[in-house]
Parts: sequence; C-alpha cells; structure tokens
Amino acid sequence: MQPYNCSGLSASGIEFWRGDRRVLADVSLEVGASECLHLLGPNGSGKTTLLRVITGLLSPEQGQVAWGGRNTRSDCDGWRADISYLGHSDGLKPELTARENLVFETSLRRRLQDGEVDAALEQVGLAAARDLPSGILSAGQRRRLAMARVMLAAVPLWMLDEPYTNLDAGGSTLVAGVIGRHLDAGGAAIIAAHQALAIPGHTPRRLELA
Amino acid sequence: MERTGIFRAACLAYRRDLLLAFRHWGQVVQPLVFFVIVATLFPLALGPQLAELREIAGGTLWVAALLASLLGVELLFRADHADGTLEQILLSGQPLAILVVAKGFAHWTVCGLPLVLLAPLVATSLGAPTAANCTVMLSLALGTGILSALGAIGSALTLGLRRGSLLLGLLVLPLAMPSLIFGARAIDLAIHGDSARGPLLLLSAMLVLSVTLAPPAVAAALRISAE
Repeated sequence: MQPYNCSGLSASGIEFWRGDRRVLADVSLEVGASECLHLLGPNGSGKTTLLRVITGLLSPEQGQVAWGGRNTRSDCDGWRADISYLGHSDGLKPELTARENLVFETSLRRRLQDGEVDAALEQVGLAAARDLPSGILSAGQRRRLAMARVMLAAVPLWMLDEPYTNLDAGGSTLVAGVIGRHLDAGGAAIIAAHQALAIPGHTPRRLELA
Repeated sequence: MERTGIFRAACLAYRRDLLLAFRHWGQVVQPLVFFVIVATLFPLALGPQLAELREIAGGTLWVAALLASLLGVELLFRADHADGTLEQILLSGQPLAILVVAKGFAHWTVCGLPLVLLAPLVATSLGAPTAANCTVMLSLALGTGILSALGAIGSALTLGLRRGSLLLGLLVLPLAMPSLIFGARAIDLAIHGDSARGPLLLLSAMLVLSVTLAPPAVAAALRISAE
C-alpha cells in the first residue's frame, strides 16, 4: 500500500438541527495522519448525522469542516475525492456482480490496475463470490464487499458508519486488520461503532456524543 | 494514482445504467408496452374510421408517449436512492451534473429510443400515411428527449417521497405542454402532406433548452433528496 499524504481533518463548533430537535450541539473534532477516531454514543445521539455532516451530504446550521486547513465547502468535489464513506446501506447494485460493483465504483474515482479488484476481493474473503450478483450475497458478505470498495478507493480519509454490522467474528477481525493497515500507511479514519474497534497496533481516540 | 477524468466517468455511468437495464429488461419494456396499449385504446374508443383516426393520430401518439415516458422516468433515480449507490455517486468527487447527463442519456437510450422506433408502426395503425413516418419519428425523438430531461427534474425532486408518482405527474405534465402542442402539430402537418419544419425547429430549440438547463437542476434536487 502506498503511503498517504494525509493533511488532517478538523471540525469545529458543528451544530445540526432536525426539525426542532438539536441533534449535534457544538461538536468539535480533529483527526490527523495515522489516527483513528471512534465515535460512540447511544442510538439517536447523532453519530451518523455527524459523519454525514463531515462528508458534506448534510449542511450544518453552524460550524465548519476543514481538510488540510481549507474549508471543505470551498472545494466540495476535491474534498470528496479524498474521502471514502461507508454508510448504513452498502451502496451496491444488487443486479451487478461483486466484481462489477467494485470496478464501477472504483473506476469512477481512479484508474484501476490489473488484478487490483481480484486482490481486494480475495482480501475480504469473497474470491469465490466474485461473479455472483451482489443481491444474492448475505448481508455480511455485502458488508465485506462494501469494505473492499472503501479499500480500493485508496483515499486518505475513511469514514465508516458501523462497519462491523452483520459481520461474523472472522469478518470483524478482518475489517479491523484492514483499518489497521490503512492507519499504518498514514491514512486516517473516523468510525462510528457501538463495540470496541480492536484495531491491531492502534488505540483509537474516543469521542462520546451525548 | 490517476484520477478518472470527467468524460471517462460519464461513459462509465452510461455503461453501468445500460448494463443494469439489460439485467432487468422486464421493467424497461413496461413503458413501451404501455405506449402501444394507450395508443390502441383510441381506435377502440372512437371507432375504426381511418379518416377520423388520422385527424387525432398526432395528438394520440404524443399523449401516449408523454404518459409512457412519465412511467419510465420515475425509476430513473429510485433504485440508486434505495440501495445507497446514489450516495456513493454524490461522494465520488465527480461533477454530479455530468453524471446526471450520462444517466439521463442512458435512460433515453432504453426508454425513449425504442419508443421512437416503434412509433411508425403505431402511427400506421392510426391511419397515418407512410410519408409521415419520418416526421413522426423525428418529432418523438426530440419529444422523448425533452420529456426525459423534464422528467428527470421531477423524478429527482420527488425521490424521497413515499407516493411520489402522482406528484411527479403534477410537476412534469404542465412543463411538457408546450412540447406536446408543437410535437403533435408537427405530426398533424406531415399527415396532411405539409411541411413540419416550423414546429420541429421549435421542438429542437426546446430540447436544447431543457437539456442544458435540466442537469444543474437535477443535481441540486438530488443533493436535497440525499439529505
């Protein structure tokens, strides 16, 4: 894996309202190279909302997000080219095969080298399922496939929303290992999860949302 | 690492949507069958006199095409929204308006183009002379393009709504009225052996207008729907 040129993310004073309910109140965070931030909090505390605000899918009422010192709003497409987001839904087309899904999503971002997709599929343990439509894969297998997409994007910042959902014990270890290698290479990650992350060789910083 | 260029990204989005259409072609054929059925309802309801049918052929073809394309355009973004791929497209760092153009063109290729190719058959069944076929196809080719562009705006705006289809009709049909007037008129003129140049040129202007203005509007609507 190539080392990343990770410029550091900082969000300050994020406030977000949904109707008349304040979901996020003055949330600030910072993530630098090789760092992992673990978002914690009970259901409905705004973990997903915070991730979506940072990506720019949602606009906050107040506060700003800066990537390498520059406001992400000023160059939205450039910022998004540097992040990879794994949401609640896996973002896979059920009619396309596992391989086709990865090839499309990754090629939209960058030029693929030969064999890269197959190597990624092997890494997440889906080599045998590469030509099956992703619609007939199990929920856990789809989660693995979505994780392979995040890996292939080869971007410095990962934002993962409950990456361990539906994964078996082996899958969780595997994903933790993948995140660990990403951090080793100088990448950064923000992860919303209820359970301990158990990333080999790294201790994630914790941010509790009330 | 080499970033994907805009043109290549658009080609990818176009190819993917065509592939998806072929994988569930049953859904793709539905608007086409609907078009034929609606157009056949008119002779059944009004009687089989060809002279009478010829008078209403232009209008019938256009109304049927309008309703059929409304049916098809509803699905343009719905699946992408439901399975989360729309989110990934929004976050791909590629200009959304360009990808929207590619998606819209793919939609027209599988929904509009077959309708255009089928139109002479339906027109003949409504008593239109074969000499008018060229105008029929041209008028509907321009028309389905306009309807795809307008429909894409409506489809993107009603994406998050549970019963969006009715609202989609209410939004798109009034906007489609000018093209309906000129499109039907063009076919009417051709059936009577006159030159349809005027209305066809106006239709072309409308196509240029809607294809240039729709993509930014669709992109903005998609960003709102993804919230």
